[in-house]
Amino acid sequence: MSMQSILLFIPMVCLAAAILSGLAGKMIGRAGAHGVTIGAVALAFGLSVYVYIDVMAGHTYNISLYTWGISNGVPFEVGFLVDQLTVTMMVVVTFISFMVHIYTMGYMAEDPGYQRFFSYIALFTFSMLMLVMANNFLQLFFGWEAVGLVSYLLIGFWFNRDSAVFANLKAFLVNRVGDFAFLLGIAATLYIFGSLDYQAVFAAAGQAQDMTVELIPGSPWHWLSIIAVLLFIGAMAKSAQMPLHVWLPDSMEGPTPISALIHAATMVTAGIFMVARMSPIFDLSEAARTMVLWVGGATAFFMALVGVVQTDIKRVVAYSTLSQLGYMTVALGASAYAAGIFHLTTHAFFKALLFLGAGSVIIAMHHDQDMRHMGGIKRWMPITYLTMVVGTLALAGIPPFAGFFSKDVIIEAVGASRLPGAGVVHLGVLAAVFVTALYSFRLLFLVFHGKPRMEQHVRDHIKESPWVVTLPLVLLAIPSLLAGMYYFEPMIFGQHFGASLVVSAENDTLEEIRAGLAGHSGWGLIFTSILEGFIGAPFWFAIAGAFTAWYLYIKNPRLPGLFALKFNWIYYLLMKKYGFDEFNQTVFAGGARRIGNWLWKYGDVGLIDGVIINGTANRISALAFSIRRLQSGYLYHYAFVMIIGVFVMMSWFLFR
Amino acid sequence: MNAHFLSILIWFPVATGFLMLLVPEHKRRIGFILALLVSVLELGFSLKLIAAYDRTATGMQLIERTDWIQSLTIQYYLGVDGIAVLLIVLTAIITLITILAAWNSVKQRFIFYLGSFLILEGFMIGVFVALDAILFYVFWEAMLLPMFLIIGVWGGPNRVYATIKFFLYTLLGSLLMLVAFIYLYQLGGSFSILDMQKLAIPYQAQVWLFWAFFMAFAVKVPMFPLHTWLPDAHVEAPTGGSVILASIMLKMGGFGFIRISLPVLPDASHGMAGIIIALSLIAVVYISLVALVQRDMKKLIAYSSISHMGFVTLGFFVFNQTALEGSIIQMVSHGFVAGAMFLCVGVLYDRVHSRQIADYGGVANTMPVFAGFTMLFAMANSGLPGTSGFVGEFLVIMGTFQVQPWFAAIAALTLILGAAYTLWMYKRAFFGKVANDTVATLKDINAMELLFLSLLAIMVLAIGLWPNPLLDLIHTSVGQLLSQSTATKLL
Repeated sequence: MSMQSILLFIPMVCLAAAILSGLAGKMIGRAGAHGVTIGAVALAFGLSVYVYIDVMAGHTYNISLYTWGISNGVPFEVGFLVDQLTVTMMVVVTFISFMVHIYTMGYMAEDPGYQRFFSYIALFTFSMLMLVMANNFLQLFFGWEAVGLVSYLLIGFWFNRDSAVFANLKAFLVNRVGDFAFLLGIAATLYIFGSLDYQAVFAAAGQAQDMTVELIPGSPWHWLSIIAVLLFIGAMAKSAQMPLHVWLPDSMEGPTPISALIHAATMVTAGIFMVARMSPIFDLSEAARTMVLWVGGATAFFMALVGVVQTDIKRVVAYSTLSQLGYMTVALGASAYAAGIFHLTTHAFFKALLFLGAGSVIIAMHHDQDMRHMGGIKRWMPITYLTMVVGTLALAGIPPFAGFFSKDVIIEAVGASRLPGAGVVHLGVLAAVFVTALYSFRLLFLVFHGKPRMEQHVRDHIKESPWVVTLPLVLLAIPSLLAGMYYFEPMIFGQHFGASLVVSAENDTLEEIRAGLAGHSGWGLIFTSILEGFIGAPFWFAIAGAFTAWYLYIKNPRLPGLFALKFNWIYYLLMKKYGFDEFNQTVFAGGARRIGNWLWKYGDVGLIDGVIINGTANRISALAFSIRRLQSGYLYHYAFVMIIGVFVMMSWFLFR
Repeated sequence: MNAHFLSILIWFPVATGFLMLLVPEHKRRIGFILALLVSVLELGFSLKLIAAYDRTATGMQLIERTDWIQSLTIQYYLGVDGIAVLLIVLTAIITLITILAAWNSVKQRFIFYLGSFLILEGFMIGVFVALDAILFYVFWEAMLLPMFLIIGVWGGPNRVYATIKFFLYTLLGSLLMLVAFIYLYQLGGSFSILDMQKLAIPYQAQVWLFWAFFMAFAVKVPMFPLHTWLPDAHVEAPTGGSVILASIMLKMGGFGFIRISLPVLPDASHGMAGIIIALSLIAVVYISLVALVQRDMKKLIAYSSISHMGFVTLGFFVFNQTALEGSIIQMVSHGFVAGAMFLCVGVLYDRVHSRQIADYGGVANTMPVFAGFTMLFAMANSGLPGTSGFVGEFLVIMGTFQVQPWFAAIAALTLILGAAYTLWMYKRAFFGKVANDTVATLKDINAMELLFLSLLAIMVLAIGLWPNPLLDLIHTSVGQLLSQSTATKLL
């Protein structure tokens, strides 16, 4: 098989499996559905690894599949650009998806929508692959919207739950706000570059550097900044950055496997991927990067705080995801794209692990997700517990776990950044390290340690989950431990990303890290950076967070309640999640309905119909009253007028 | 056959439609098979038309021209360009689907119903192919007669009000159009639309003529503020009537702008473009907000139609090839998507006899297959990439941005608003727990419904995934239209 057919085969086999288990689900049965989709995703993963090895050996592919449309001489193509960045994403996506597919067999075993679920997650894998493999903006947008669609369908998978269908509509609409800007960004790109092809656009980016426009008279803006900001607003919705983050916590209404796959490991990182892909454009716009840095910093810090007060196990992990996405965004803002993708990769492993582990606990707890009802579970679920510990250590950034390497690099890159406000953001991400350790160890202690708080009949039935659940946990725990050490050197120091990420020398914040560790390589490099990690501030912040969690939830469990009373306004603010939901609900959702009602009542019905049309109609019908008495139907009425019209016309011609 | 290709396309369904009326009412099955056969044949002819049409040549093709009323130089003058070909195929497909859908939903005077639709089909095609102004006017008026019948005979309880409103609006517009045609005849001595397109006209006269034609076309589109007849007409019309109304009749307005206003009155079109663009953008935003708060599903979809048609008129009046092509694709796509949405409401209405969203809830529990189809069409209505609904909006936004980014930004609000009103309706009707006993006893779609919904689904996805064949068909015609509408005709 040629490389082109292999590349085409990877997403298509997922699509075929999705269609088969979706349309013929009844026919092929439950075993058929999971057999087909797991086989397809396994194949996609295997081939992705094959492509990965090939691309890492120095080949990149830019293939056009077909012409979607041509307008005004501009071709809109569907095609693949497969370079180092793409294959990294492909392997991450198909691997996590593969794990989640296996896990789903256990998690959804009792669900009547079994085939439909497998169809959706295979469709998601297809869409996500099309997104990361795109070689142009249009296909990127296709994949972008397609993953949004599948996310919508999966959040509302249990569609007779009101909370689920509220959450999925909210998710779709908030994402549409981002897409609105994203589409305008694409329009601006087409306008400036006359093409939507990545290579053509990136090649010409330098020439467009000085093009400005006065969209508001008197203030000239750089087109590249406009493009970058618009695209980034799209990323803010997809990757749940403040203030467009509001949909992600609610998305936890969906089944846990998709929380792991879509709302933690892959789809929500599409925005991060996209900005990294657009690095040739972002590199030229300091304004856009400053915005990226601030938004990411705010999200990383403020969302971590909310995680501390959540009582639903999935929501803690969800807020943690928000905060970690903030870290990745900060990396992008600091021009450390490689660090952003590095963290994206390690985060995909350990966050999928944490979600699936949480799901394993939820199965054992008979779908009770409230941590206040848990406690002491480690004695019944040793595999889940141990893997969760690995995930927590990785998340908290304890050396040598995966999260340590990627997060430390980001913190140092921000420290080296010279963008306005970088100092504040640096403090924010440092403080967030403390908070991260606090909420993640809080989760660990509340769920697995201490006295069991569940009711007796629940306690009697708690047992370790079946192998289809624990196997993915173990397989995800391995990279959660090792991926940092494995990728640290190639991604940050080496040529892992080749030419796929573009950073000009004066913006390269990673250079400082490289300089600091110059002279080391291989195991020496890893060893040195672990040692340096132990004396660095982030490590001690994390230890302090973990210790605080231990003190508050094991040693002295009455304290959190006292804090909540004492600092009641902070607690209230965090419980209300800063009031974003209430604001959106009242101002946007309520406002649109109020304006709509007003326009309808006073515009359409009142003014246009009431005054203009019916006013006229009343007069005309008074006039036509006699005609209507003669002829009872409006059809004749109409024909009559038509004939009169023709008659008048004829006479006018004849006698003029 | 090529010599009278277009005549056959018009008169074959009209003639058979009249013949159908001879079939006795109780021979339901025979009438149905007959109508089906006619509409399939007509679709076959229309596909053959694509083959016969040379997409690289400019100007009108497959021309038929004979004298009709010699003293007034009125001719029976037919011809097509790529845009007309596309709309004719759309008409043939939609009519076929309407006839399929009638089997379930029409109980009374079934044969009469089918006959009316076939006659209507012929007249509508007549509008797309007429190149003589009077012939155009005659078809324009003639197609309204079956439509009035359809609403009047098979319509809802408030049909008299709706029909009179519809009538008043269209009457005013078409009379002004007739006057404008006569004025142009006076000026150039010919009723040929192609001659009118070459005629030099002073600016002030162009402006008067522009508004006269505007009244005729904008009512049909319909453009804000001439739109209020549409929700009422839709609510009272039977399902098939709504489908034809939304899918094809609204396109007459758009077609009128590109066949007459833009090429005949280019200077006025440019001069008045600002107003038309403003009205189009109002349609996109204002109407979307009004759609959001509708409680009646048909009204909601009717308002959504108006909002989507705002893209069509916007694309016409920014004078950009990409936007113009987007407008035409939008017309075709809207034909399928709005038609499908009305059919979905029809499927529910046949079972529950209510169009109120509040009477539903949790339909997905009892009608999962149907819910799947409706989800697809709802997504197309929200402009999801991969469905036809995206293509037109995308191209119009891309094209408009080149002319004025702010206009594109306002138009792009449809991404949010369109999804909001469509999916919110979907959520309330289909998601959630089973709302009442009626919903609990609903039966999923039958074979006939599966057939026509599948046909529409295929069209929606095919255009969404590969619009290039459609674009390819209209490139030359759009290019010519654009050069005509940007060349000044002032002396």
